[in-house]
Amino acid sequence: MAWDLKSDRPIYSQLVEQIQLMVVSGIYAAGCKLPSVRDMAAEASVNPNTMQRALSKLESDGLLYSQRTSGRFVTEDVQRIMQTKNDLAADLINDFIQKMNRLGFDREQTVSLLNRMIKEEGQNG
Amino acid sequence: MDSILECRSLVKYFPGCLALNSVNLTVPKGRIVGLLGPNGSGKSTLIKLANGLLTPNAGQILVGGMAPGVETKKIVSYLPERTYLNDWMSVQTMIDYFGDFYENFNKSKAYDMLQRLHINPGDRLKTMSKGTKEKVQLILVMSREAQLYILDEPIGGVDPAARDYILDTIIGNYSENATVLISTHLITDVEKVLDDVIFINMGNIVLTSTVDDIREKEGKSVDSLFREVFKC
Repeated sequence: MAWDLKSDRPIYSQLVEQIQLMVVSGIYAAGCKLPSVRDMAAEASVNPNTMQRALSKLESDGLLYSQRTSGRFVTEDVQRIMQTKNDLAADLINDFIQKMNRLGFDREQTVSLLNRMIKEEGQNG
Repeated sequence: MDSILECRSLVKYFPGCLALNSVNLTVPKGRIVGLLGPNGSGKSTLIKLANGLLTPNAGQILVGGMAPGVETKKIVSYLPERTYLNDWMSVQTMIDYFGDFYENFNKSKAYDMLQRLHINPGDRLKTMSKGTKEKVQLILVMSREAQLYILDEPIGGVDPAARDYILDTIIGNYSENATVLISTHLITDVEKVLDDVIFINMGNIVLTSTVDDIREKEGKSVDSLFREVFKC
């Protein structure tokens, strides 16, 4: 997966989000070992200190853990990963609802519009 | 001691021009720092003082706790804004030359980087384009295992693809305790790899901050903030 970093937001929080996404989508599966900080930083073309900060944040959130001698791993707790997945989904949906709101659709209208589009897509596909 | 470069009320003036106006600055170890400012703001003067090419009129500049001199040159790897290499020399000769000069010069690292950038070690500098010359100089500078790398406009003349490679080289090659000080106008290209930025204008330090703090507080990139602060 390519790293996509926007220029107007802190790099560190974007790294956190993208690593979360990689874990949730199984690119880094539960229990799997992560590359070294330096390698990950080089891959994303960012400063190793920034990558370190992002990884530490994910560690304190419990999504990653590190073992002193052998490196950093994705948690084996599948529940924890599912929780992250749900959190990310909730963020996306809230964002979507807010944007629809700005367009002038309230929640019910948004949901019915969504349903209609999904139905149409089913018929066309 | 955590700082590698320190300025205390540093003053430098030239006839009719105050280049640095009582600058106080501390650059910590293990950071990649951008020294950013418009033309004529004092960036190169500061860099030259750090390398002992100029002497301060007042105040102090310390590198690793020492005034610039023989001992600091051992730990500082400096890329000047203009080339000082003899253009009749081949890259290979220059690598030997640097190897003789600096104990901490790593030849295999230099050859490795030359290969990655498709530069033939047998070529003479004279026959090279401006961009290739710059690449060679940067390779020589980054092949030293120094504590402080000072790069004055390192990516100005090279194409965007090589720029990416050079930045990757910088983040991949400096050791954890080394500091890299980069002066440049090409902020968009470098801001991803910087820890901290120093804004300098008319000989004064206007701002020192981490890149992520700027993005967090201002909600914009360092490049946009620079354009705002130094709007003409």
